[in-house]
Amino acid sequence: MVTNATSLGRSGLFDWLVQRFSALVLLAWIAWVGTGVIAAAEFGYPQWRALFAAAPMQIFSLIAMLSLCAHAWVGVWTVTTDYLNEAHLGKAGTAVRLLTQTACLLLTLSCLIWGARIFWGNG
Amino acid sequence: MSQVLVSIYRYNPEQDSKPRMQSLAVDVPGDRDLMVLDVLELAKAKDPSITYRRSCREGVCGSDGMNINGVNGLACITPLTKAAGPARKLVLRPLPGLPVIRDLVVDLSQFYEQFEKIRPWLINDEPPPPAERLQSPDERAKLDGLYECILCACCTTSCPSFWWNPDKFVGPAGLLQSYRFLADSRDAATAERLAELDDPFSVFRCRGIMNCVSVCPKGLNPTRAIGKIRNMLVERGT
Repeated sequence: MVTNATSLGRSGLFDWLVQRFSALVLLAWIAWVGTGVIAAAEFGYPQWRALFAAAPMQIFSLIAMLSLCAHAWVGVWTVTTDYLNEAHLGKAGTAVRLLTQTACLLLTLSCLIWGARIFWGNG
Repeated sequence: MSQVLVSIYRYNPEQDSKPRMQSLAVDVPGDRDLMVLDVLELAKAKDPSITYRRSCREGVCGSDGMNINGVNGLACITPLTKAAGPARKLVLRPLPGLPVIRDLVVDLSQFYEQFEKIRPWLINDEPPPPAERLQSPDERAKLDGLYECILCACCTTSCPSFWWNPDKFVGPAGLLQSYRFLADSRDAATAERLAELDDPFSVFRCRGIMNCVSVCPKGLNPTRAIGKIRNMLVERGT
């Protein structure tokens, strides 16, 4: 069996399920937010703020952000292992792939923490 | 007689620094359709150094898989009219993604290594019955659409996932055969076979683009077989 240390769950099935499940979560989140916007008789900043102030929305939004990060990591990992390898880049392939994966991971985690601060912060 | 312009990929790694395309005008009978292999034979009569594999010339042996006007197929069962169209121009290249040995002949080692990996034989340590291991008609019917594969490599070499990871992704042909044994009621190694496939590459690098289905000269559906393997992995692993 082919092994890999940098995939999300180190199992093809796990990553595949995470990608599908996270896509469904994101679809539901978009539908929920979209419905909230469309259903409001009048919609502006106060209504937008009120929509995200409710605890269920904050919980759902955090789950959606985690889903987005997991979904993005599975996708980025797939793309980097397809194209950033020794077959395409020669001996530098592994170093370029690991550096790119590290940069993407740091960016993803930063976005996650930043998003959590926005959703859960008091500002 | 009418004329067909044939453009053929020429490369001899021992002599040439890079590949080139050779154009030949070939006279073909105007009263009937030829197969691409027939045209290739006529081209070879003009230039005997053109190299390709062929054997049965009726779509059974799978030797003459090649890229015909951008689409993988068997030269012996691809009609000239279908491949060349009204422009009457034929462009023949080797199957993509594999090392070229010479002209239209590719090195299929990676393809066969992936095929070997799925252990394409019946595994059953139970003592064999006196006559044979029987199957019901329903059990036998599950193998239809799977056992017919002739290993021509048209599907696997049309798959970008195999181009990028030929050492890790089993590829559509290998996975079709893998499911052929997973679906076989006489095989007793289902759990071990599935365990060997549950990594991020062997099966799951398939992104379902179905190039394999569109080029299979036998009309088989590797994407469906891969989906069934995935379902088996989900049932087993969740």
